[in-house]
Amino acid sequence: MVTGGWMVGTVVEVRAEATSGRAIVLEVPGWGGNIAGQHLDARLTAPDGYQAVRSYSLASAGEGERLELAVDRFPHGEVSPYLVDELRIGDELEVRGPLGGWFVWRPDQTEPVQLIGGGSGIVPLMAMIRSHRAARSTAEFRLLYSLRGEEDAFFREELTQPSPGLAVTWLFTRRTPTGWPRPASRITAADLEAEAIPVGRSPSVFVCGPTGFVEAVATNLVELGHDPHRIKTERFGGS
Amino acid sequence: MRGHVDGNALAGILSELQLDVTVRGRCAGCGDVAVLARAVVYGDEQARVARCAACSGVLFVLFTEPGGMRLQLRGMSWLDTAPE
Repeated sequence: MVTGGWMVGTVVEVRAEATSGRAIVLEVPGWGGNIAGQHLDARLTAPDGYQAVRSYSLASAGEGERLELAVDRFPHGEVSPYLVDELRIGDELEVRGPLGGWFVWRPDQTEPVQLIGGGSGIVPLMAMIRSHRAARSTAEFRLLYSLRGEEDAFFREELTQPSPGLAVTWLFTRRTPTGWPRPASRITAADLEAEAIPVGRSPSVFVCGPTGFVEAVATNLVELGHDPHRIKTERFGGS
Repeated sequence: MRGHVDGNALAGILSELQLDVTVRGRCAGCGDVAVLARAVVYGDEQARVARCAACSGVLFVLFTEPGGMRLQLRGMSWLDTAPE
């Protein structure tokens, strides 16, 4: 699982996601598959030799040499604007991975799983949902997805399709659809208490999103009585 | 890098030192034992500072230098591969 080497991937598909993001499907000879929740490093090299490396979560899981990333554009980032706005089908991208054997879900896990994503933090959780579906796992999955408004959803179509064993709760922070029962607000302890798998069922919890979101959610979960050792977090700084 | 990230985000760069983020380490300051993935990481590409999630003490600093990198193990008493 430890890999030092860089591989060259070729872009085979791109798809607009949310208002400022994009899914990118790469064909990477030698990739060899990945576990749900892992990430990769992508490396860009400028004509003058300057290199920038960034980590991106994988939205895909399983065997094979085809993988999917989803990237949100950070306006002042060095790498993400290129990936979202410039990269074309047929272009090459250097990648290293799969990386990280900790923030992962394996299909042989049977305990209930609570996923909590903020914004593009949905990406590694999507890989877990896809892995759960592909394996026809009977483990209970719940997703709480916090996002500004409907149009900011990554994988909106896929997440609104029913998936056996998966319950999805949408938590809008700025704009709600017409007639939505919950007023727009950041995720609260009350949301977690009402919608998340209860402490008594000892779920594994995966939280991914911007740093502030992850800290707030993790703090609330511990206050509700969740075992800190069952909570795994992935914060992203953004670049 | 804005704000801080998890040690998990260092998986790529630590792999160059043949280190996995699922390795456990003991904080020399407070004695907390946790996988490297749980550390809290600040800094930029030149110097990344990993702090203990329990006491915020510095565990290690990863410097990127021309042609390589250096891992300064400042605040860890040991590493092992037992599962968390």
